[in-house]
Amino acid sequence: MNDGLAALGRWGLGVFQRLGRGHLFLAHVLAGLPTLLPRPGLVIAQLHAVGVLSLVIIVVSGLFVGMVLGLQGYNTLVDFGAEESLGVVVALSLVRELGPVVSALLFAGRAGSALTAEIGLMKATEQLAGMEMMAVDPLQRVIGPRFLAGFLAMPLLAAIFSAVGVFGGYFVGVGLLGVDDGAFWSQMQAKVDLHEDVYNGVIKSVVFGFVAAWIAVFEGYDAPPTAEGVSRATTRTVVHTALAVLGLDFVLTALMFGE
Amino acid sequence: MTPGTSDDVLIRVEGVHFARAGRPVFDGLDLTVRRGRVVAIMGPSGTGKTTLLRLIGGQLRPDRGRVMVDGQEVARLGRGDLFRLRERMGVLFQSGALLTDLSVYDNVAFPLREHTDLPEALIRDLVLMKLESVGLRGARDLMPAELSGGMARRVALARAIALDPLLVLYDEPFTGQDPISMGVLVRLIRRLNDAMGLTSVVVSHDVEETAAIADDIYVISGGKVVEQGSRDELAASTSPWVRQFMRGEPDGPVPFHYPAPDLADDLLGGEGA
Amino acid sequence: MNTTRTVEIGVGLFVAAGLAALFVLAMKVSNLSAFNTTGGYEIVARFENIGGLKVRAPVTAGGVRVGRVAAIGYDSERYEAVVRLAIDPAFDRLPRDTSASIFTAGLLGEQYVGLEPGGDERFLKADDEIRITQSALVLEQVVGQFLFSKAAEGPSEK
Repeated sequence: MNDGLAALGRWGLGVFQRLGRGHLFLAHVLAGLPTLLPRPGLVIAQLHAVGVLSLVIIVVSGLFVGMVLGLQGYNTLVDFGAEESLGVVVALSLVRELGPVVSALLFAGRAGSALTAEIGLMKATEQLAGMEMMAVDPLQRVIGPRFLAGFLAMPLLAAIFSAVGVFGGYFVGVGLLGVDDGAFWSQMQAKVDLHEDVYNGVIKSVVFGFVAAWIAVFEGYDAPPTAEGVSRATTRTVVHTALAVLGLDFVLTALMFGE
Repeated sequence: MTPGTSDDVLIRVEGVHFARAGRPVFDGLDLTVRRGRVVAIMGPSGTGKTTLLRLIGGQLRPDRGRVMVDGQEVARLGRGDLFRLRERMGVLFQSGALLTDLSVYDNVAFPLREHTDLPEALIRDLVLMKLESVGLRGARDLMPAELSGGMARRVALARAIALDPLLVLYDEPFTGQDPISMGVLVRLIRRLNDAMGLTSVVVSHDVEETAAIADDIYVISGGKVVEQGSRDELAASTSPWVRQFMRGEPDGPVPFHYPAPDLADDLLGGEGA
Repeated sequence: MNTTRTVEIGVGLFVAAGLAALFVLAMKVSNLSAFNTTGGYEIVARFENIGGLKVRAPVTAGGVRVGRVAAIGYDSERYEAVVRLAIDPAFDRLPRDTSASIFTAGLLGEQYVGLEPGGDERFLKADDEIRITQSALVLEQVVGQFLFSKAAEGPSEK
């Protein structure tokens, strides 16, 4: 019984320690970001790694999610004779929720895990320590550009996801199921609000990008420098990002749309 | 080796105590590295040789005592001063620690690009000169993954001397090398030290190779220096411990067996507890 | 150098695609027109009952959207709902005797404010009040009235 309590206490302390370490780490990374200003090349290379290379999965997933929404939405709406509202259903689901959330989850799987593994391996092979001994701060030179690239890429990826998804829904709804072309777009435009829906979706994806990039680089930097440690850290990145994104999504939705 | 205050001394370690996870690693360590020398620090595995390099490089702080490099106490330096000191230190890590996403050329150019504003043409000349001095000018376009272990270490060495440092620290440079690349590295360390006016600290347990090029040798055990002197002085040491270590005898003051209860008791005693 | 070039082109295309997607979301998917009401003017209309009218609901004249509902309040002295209508700057020639009604789009759709211009020579300015208003039709009341009138006229067979 006592042992159980002690273990619980140790576990709790460990959680707080990691939480504290994560925030101190974030503070260091953010403080080092201005040093990247004269060297945009570093960030561009990372934008390629996390953004361009995630593009295929984002576009394909966005297309399919949009098509499924078109199909499901149509089947429900047609019972009420409201299939003209299909555009609204597809666009609102994507812009408000699925765009930011699903692309953040895909980002964690595709780019976040890769970032963690890369940084963890650099640590395990003493590359980070070597850099430090060459008087180069790895937080500025390695972590900073990766964090910033993840943070910048996320809203763009989410926007691409949503836009492609709307066209996927259009393709199924108008192209295959015969919803009126004009009604699809005009209903959508009448009901989707730039502030309420589009901007809030973008804000969500900015928050998710920040959190996903932070978790990915921190897990990599904090990983035990062994093969096992890196593989565990990679798993943790995906799990923690998914939990954080879904939890934050609820909070943000409540704040934004919950009046 | 009298502890003086002359400029002749580059590194002075004074009474350093250091414990890791409650286990003492150093227990009053003293040693001195004079400029222009190749100094070997030897000892069995687990005596904290790498820890010593980290103390010198300022990645760790001693619990007690001082580590002075070029007249500055490393542990007291702020981040900026510490980085300026490190720019004048080259470190060769056990694994080489080359940046895997950069080519050999870019790896050697890395410290130059980070710390100088030299034009690219000049960087190219410097990089090629450094690569030439380790015999790998032809390998400049290879990626680290394409190099053998010995080549990777030579590239890392070229990178360590890219900024013409005062001091180069070698962490187990010979571990896992075949005899040829080991011989190459041994001679390279000595030659670069003399040609560039460096000071070298080699941490190793490869007795023969290290002793062959070292001017001064320190043998560490139990957190203290147990013997110091030139190669000949050590060979003539009367300490049974040093004799065992230098000759690589399996048993002696350092027992072959990890402390354990008597074998017969253990076998008969069973597992129960 | 060649790889740097392809990386840079790839990133350039990626950023362009992302911004284009945002543009599509702003222009094609949502109603950007709701955004540029800044610079317009607000007028006030009082209703006995606004039904389910919401802030940001459209304001139309002759079926054309001319503005949106900016705010909804309640005057506890006159027991009336006070609705502020933000009118786009282009529609600055609404006569002073314009009337406002609350309509429902379709049977169960969203409610909006419809303006019916009168014949006055003078035009509404900022903070003017619309005098003639028609409250929202509340479905329960309509059904109730219908049943009541049916019951009343039932015996007389009209």
